[in-house]
Amino acid sequence: MTGNICVLAEQWRGQITEVTYETLALGREVADQAGVPLTAILPGSHCRELARFLGAADAVVYIDHPLLAETVPQTCAEAVAQAMAGERPRALLVPLTNISLGIGTLIGVRLGAPVVNFCRDIRVADGRLLADCVMYGGKIEATVEAGAPSGPGPAILGIWPGARQAEKGRAEREVPVTDAAVVLEDTGAIRLCRYIEPEAGDVDLTKQEVLVAVGRGLQDRANLPLAEELARALGGAVCGSRPVIDQGWLPLSRQVGKSGLTVKPKLYVALGISGAPEHIEGMKDAALIVAVNSDPQAPIFSVAHYGIVGDAVETMPALTAAVEARKAAGQHA
Amino acid sequence: MHILVLLKMAPDVVEDLEIAPGGKALDLDCLRMILSESDDHALEQALLLKERHGAKITALALDAPEVDDALFTAAAKGADRVMKVVGMDPGFTTREAARYFSQAIAEEPGLLPADLILTGVQAIDDLDGLVAPIVADGLRMPYLGIVTGVALEASAQAARAIKEYPAGVRGEFLVQLPAVLGIQAAEKPPRYVPVAKVRAAMKSVKIECSQALTLADGGLPLVGVVEMKRNEPAGHAEMLEGKPDQVSGQLCGILAERGLF
Repeated sequence: MTGNICVLAEQWRGQITEVTYETLALGREVADQAGVPLTAILPGSHCRELARFLGAADAVVYIDHPLLAETVPQTCAEAVAQAMAGERPRALLVPLTNISLGIGTLIGVRLGAPVVNFCRDIRVADGRLLADCVMYGGKIEATVEAGAPSGPGPAILGIWPGARQAEKGRAEREVPVTDAAVVLEDTGAIRLCRYIEPEAGDVDLTKQEVLVAVGRGLQDRANLPLAEELARALGGAVCGSRPVIDQGWLPLSRQVGKSGLTVKPKLYVALGISGAPEHIEGMKDAALIVAVNSDPQAPIFSVAHYGIVGDAVETMPALTAAVEARKAAGQHA
Repeated sequence: MHILVLLKMAPDVVEDLEIAPGGKALDLDCLRMILSESDDHALEQALLLKERHGAKITALALDAPEVDDALFTAAAKGADRVMKVVGMDPGFTTREAARYFSQAIAEEPGLLPADLILTGVQAIDDLDGLVAPIVADGLRMPYLGIVTGVALEASAQAARAIKEYPAGVRGEFLVQLPAVLGIQAAEKPPRYVPVAKVRAAMKSVKIECSQALTLADGGLPLVGVVEMKRNEPAGHAEMLEGKPDQVSGQLCGILAERGLF
């Protein structure tokens, strides 16, 4: 692994996650730029066969241990740190997901290595590893030097979902697999008791062709009917970003984003949604995205195809009226 | 039961964020600081546990503009003790923040033992790490993040924590106490507290101060910001301009052309 670019491969519930493929695609580019091999590090228990899905890498380091059956951050970080001890990889790319969040930080602490979160892109320039980071809710872009070749340990780089297309990192082939032995202590301090599957909502958002999404700009639960009327006019359903769900204005089954659903409708109308990376993760692949936000700097406009700078609450009834009028005109024509 | 809540202030992104001369950091003089959103949820989760089980809550914050307001608000909501760490160099990183928290927890009387340490899972400026896992590692406590609910077992020796996974799936974990939990969202939205109650807290509550110690030399690998700039998102979207009825008409035409209704 010395000098290599490494990717932490996430496996969850028996499968390699989509974000792992995205991260492998980015890792492949960086490794090629640096002229070094790409290594995937796969922690787990009795899941060696998953290594064949990591064919975008040149090699796989598999860490097998019963305590790695579920991804508990401290256990996983200890295992990866042990596997990397004595090696000097240039960088380790870790997906910033609900599964792996915290692992990168802990590896960095254990190895005394620099950590850079929020990475959207990584490149090698004049031998330097530079990370482009999206922070402050998507409002600021920072270019960060992510550790020199002679620096203290590998650079641990937290990668936002969506950094690359998963298809570019998906390759099923036989790759050399090395087993890494680790010693982990079973303290029993954290145990997964059960998974709680999402309750089936009244609407399956993933099957909707039109989604009207509301965010903090909805201002008040009393304004929710405005969104419902617009969704009805467009023939779609209402969904929301995290703040709306946390407020209890919409049920969990209507959440789009990192902790909610990933949707790909033909039309996604984002109303009063700022566009934090966690939300964009769930809707960026919609065929047509329209965003309405009072803040012209709102990051949602960076993924929208059409944008309106305005108050979502004022815009909703106007848009509903316009849609209804257009439909009525169409019927008369 | 003693619950320690770690609070960090973060820039309010509703305001315009200005880049400082030199182009490598935000202009601290132009920022409006607010309590980090997930830290606010961590405080709320502590208050919910106090209501259910009875507990003493200590809120520990790092000094920053508006931090006194945040701590008085915490006291008005139900925190029993409020303290801030002072004397840090401005512009400290998240890993440094975690070290400051850890030092204060170790040094200040009465902060330990704590049965639960709650803090936000991630702040918008956590560029070089996360507070909760670092504090947990330093204290040799178990850590779980992305937590959206906590219930104490009858023995009070363990807690059941709900962790979010992708696609709406959640996991129920049994966590032995003491433990550090990174809170994504409390079970209920952070409560509103009337201004009058906050003002009353300002008169009756004393914010204790903990002097930050110098961080050990060479302990933290530095992350170097080469350039920082504002995201200019409008370049991607075609912007429609006019009054609500005008832009709605334009948009309808576009949607109709695409056969979307």
